[in-house]
Amino acid sequence: MTLTYDPNLKYAKTDEWARVEDDNVVVVGISDYAQDQLSDIVYVELPEVGAQVSAGEVVGTVESVKAAADIMSPVTGEIIEVNEALDDSPEMINEDPYGAWIFKVKANDLSELDALMDAAAYEAYNATREH
Amino acid sequence: MSELKRTALYEVHVAMGARMVPFAGWEMPVQYPTGPITEHQAVREAAGLFDIDHMGQLKLVGPDAEAFLQYVQPRDVGKMKVWDAEYSYLCYEDGTFVDDIFIYRLPDDEWMIVINAANREKDIFWLDTHIVGFDADLIDISDATYMVALQGPKAQTILQKLTDHDLNQVAFHTAAQIQVGGVETLIGATGYTGEYGYELFFPEEKAIAMWEMILEAGKDEGLLACGLAARDSLRFEACLPLYGHEIHAEVEPIGARLGWVCDWDKGPWIGRNAVLKHKLEKPKMLLVGLEMIDKGVPREGYQVAKDDKVIGWVTTGMKAPTLNKFLALAYVPRGLNRFGTELDIIIRGKPKKAVVVKRPFYLPAYRR
Repeated sequence: MTLTYDPNLKYAKTDEWARVEDDNVVVVGISDYAQDQLSDIVYVELPEVGAQVSAGEVVGTVESVKAAADIMSPVTGEIIEVNEALDDSPEMINEDPYGAWIFKVKANDLSELDALMDAAAYEAYNATREH
Repeated sequence: MSELKRTALYEVHVAMGARMVPFAGWEMPVQYPTGPITEHQAVREAAGLFDIDHMGQLKLVGPDAEAFLQYVQPRDVGKMKVWDAEYSYLCYEDGTFVDDIFIYRLPDDEWMIVINAANREKDIFWLDTHIVGFDADLIDISDATYMVALQGPKAQTILQKLTDHDLNQVAFHTAAQIQVGGVETLIGATGYTGEYGYELFFPEEKAIAMWEMILEAGKDEGLLACGLAARDSLRFEACLPLYGHEIHAEVEPIGARLGWVCDWDKGPWIGRNAVLKHKLEKPKMLLVGLEMIDKGVPREGYQVAKDDKVIGWVTTGMKAPTLNKFLALAYVPRGLNRFGTELDIIIRGKPKKAVVVKRPFYLPAYRR
């Protein structure tokens, strides 16, 4: 199975992807690489809407059959929406990691995303990681 | 870390796309590309094939073989007929666990004991220290013997395609020496998934042929190759204890709810007095089933608390795939073990409510 990389997304070393929408809203999920490593996902602990978060802060957790992985916010700002459909169907992340977003954060400063990688750099980075 | 051992099927697993992980000194498939939940459901609804060659097998022979077995474990093996296969365990003098085992009574004063991979050297050493004075020999046949498990409601249909032996004649927890696809095989109607099925023992050099033959025979029956993750979730739902989790050298059989194995009238066995004392005085810590009330995934090693005080620990926990519930097995103090008792499991620093529920979570097929 080949892992997919979306050229329209930015990627964190901690395997979150981020996509910028209007009004400084950043949509966050986890990468295909991350869902593949985690295997069957059984639970997502979502952040609280309204929470003020900093870039790099743990705001939630994705739990699979075998492991739990923290989810970080890639930017500082306020959580404005969470994907509540994941409460009942966490496996959506396995099926469609780039469609199954986890939360949206309204960023104070979008330049924080410059610290993230583009798809090609993230793919190259994953190639160096131990499987 | 010492070099991990590989089973004869290692290359086959890799070619199938399995994810290999270290387990009890072996490099074993934790899952295939199908994924652990799909593999789990295959065993509940159709069948699954497991490479479990990491398990050890010991043969016990000689005129005193039965007397020796009576002395080293709690079950009355005198009640076992030839070809019976039964669960038991080994205890230290203080009643704590050495290992849990499966005993097969074979013809001609021969017995086979199946032991956990991690405990192979320890069990052999422990048994050898006690065999002095018995006219019996313990032979480690693990390397020459290959072991796979075929489990699930379609297991019999699949295996029957490969043998002329009428499998209806092989009752639950009995064994037979048969030909499987031309390979001389000891089969036990045994397993550790909560479903009917078989464990197969045959010569190591036939491993690949047997594996491929069974997968082929099961391909129209929904058979999947299954990894250790599915094996763990299957045995967990049926509340079958696993060495290193529910049982180890710091807990004892009565608290682990395994007192039913013990025969108190058969004469002395190692650990008997200590286990009997636990039974009569009631154990301090008891294994219970917990179901999450709050959201969260309970996992092994998490603390169990009552009124902000840590009172126990989780031995295994997960989202149970068949039951679609977040469940745990945990040791808690006697008095807090009643159904309906609310406790907290500490999940990443936060207390999350759980309630004591009935075990097993999933009633095994053979108990219905």
